[in-house]
Amino acid sequence: MSGKPRLTYLNGRGRMEPVRWLLAAAGVEFEEVFLQTKEQYDKLIKDGVLLFQQVPLVEIDGMKMVQTRAILSYIAGKYNLYGKDLKERALIDMYVEGISDLMQIILMLPFSPPDAKEKNLDSLKEKATNRYFPVFEKVLKQHGQDFLVGNKFSWADVQLIEAILAVEEKIPAVLSGFPQLQAFKTKMSNMPTIKKFLQPGSPRKPPPDDHYVETVLKVFKR
Amino acid sequence: DGSLLFQQVPMVEIDGMKMVQTRAIANYIAAKYNLYGKDLKERALIDMYVEGMFDLNELFMYYEIQPADKKEQHFANMMDKATNRYFPVFEKALKDHGQDFLVGNQFSRADVQLLEIILMAEEFKPGILAKFPLLQSFKARISNIPTIKKFLQPGSQRKQPVREEDVPKVIAIFY
Repeated sequence: MSGKPRLTYLNGRGRMEPVRWLLAAAGVEFEEVFLQTKEQYDKLIKDGVLLFQQVPLVEIDGMKMVQTRAILSYIAGKYNLYGKDLKERALIDMYVEGISDLMQIILMLPFSPPDAKEKNLDSLKEKATNRYFPVFEKVLKQHGQDFLVGNKFSWADVQLIEAILAVEEKIPAVLSGFPQLQAFKTKMSNMPTIKKFLQPGSPRKPPPDDHYVETVLKVFKR
Repeated sequence: DGSLLFQQVPMVEIDGMKMVQTRAIANYIAAKYNLYGKDLKERALIDMYVEGMFDLNELFMYYEIQPADKKEQHFANMMDKATNRYFPVFEKALKDHGQDFLVGNQFSRADVQLLEIILMAEEFKPGILAKFPLLQSFKARISNIPTIKKFLQPGSQRKQPVREEDVPKVIAIFY
């Protein structure tokens, strides 16, 4: 037992990617177990390892943690990425929850039926440019600081850079109306731990492809 | 007026903040009023339980807006998840430690949320706790906590289940 957190999920982004980002940003090395077959997954369930019979699963500090938000909150709390007090925490939570709603659209994209794909992409563009990005553009402009909350690097910054890059993969010019976010993107990408995560060979997973979608449907088939 | 950070409700004005996002709001209230465990690990356990309950709550929440031809299947699925995925977890937690509350032998938001979800489930299916004796006694015990007892009485701010006839109104506001 190495003492490093151990992540169990498919070999792809899905619901585990924000956890990979946060651990990497915090400079924490981790191990990964990849589910490739339904049998592996069924065995995990049978062994009683998954509290609600679902992954992501993160084994950390003696706990078998499930539920992405619970996992992320714990990591943020442990590595001081959750603000200095209750009110900063509240702000981080609001931002992170909003970004999570945006990421949910991206999460579902590969699984949309072909005739809905374009509509969903339009919805992504609309939400990103009219609902979510303007909020963070304004926040950064108003306080003029490098980080979203409390002039200090936090979970909110990690979540935002992840979201920006994910949306840009689908809509390359999405930041064109957002100069503050462009600068934010550059700054975050150059932070040593994040820079390392963005390099080839890191635990960062590629965008979902057909093979990934196939594996998801196969492993989670009921 | 720019009052809604992401153009959505719920919105709670508290301690000079205009808070949105249900989880952010609930997290703040829980921490402020010491209903979030005594340390990071208790918090982690509470968060896991509460997130599971949120998932079940979502199934309940979306039942009324299902199209007629999907309602029966949705109902079967939510009852199955309640009795086979979620309730067994909390029954076992109570059985394993034998304490009155879910986490850390202390009243927390996990207990509040569990009672709420139990009562909601019973509104859909009255006998749903039949196989869960510890959840039955949990329900009785938590319902008798003075603040909760008061909330369960008529005239409190607790809201009624959404009625089918109100659904079009909801849709008109938000969609």
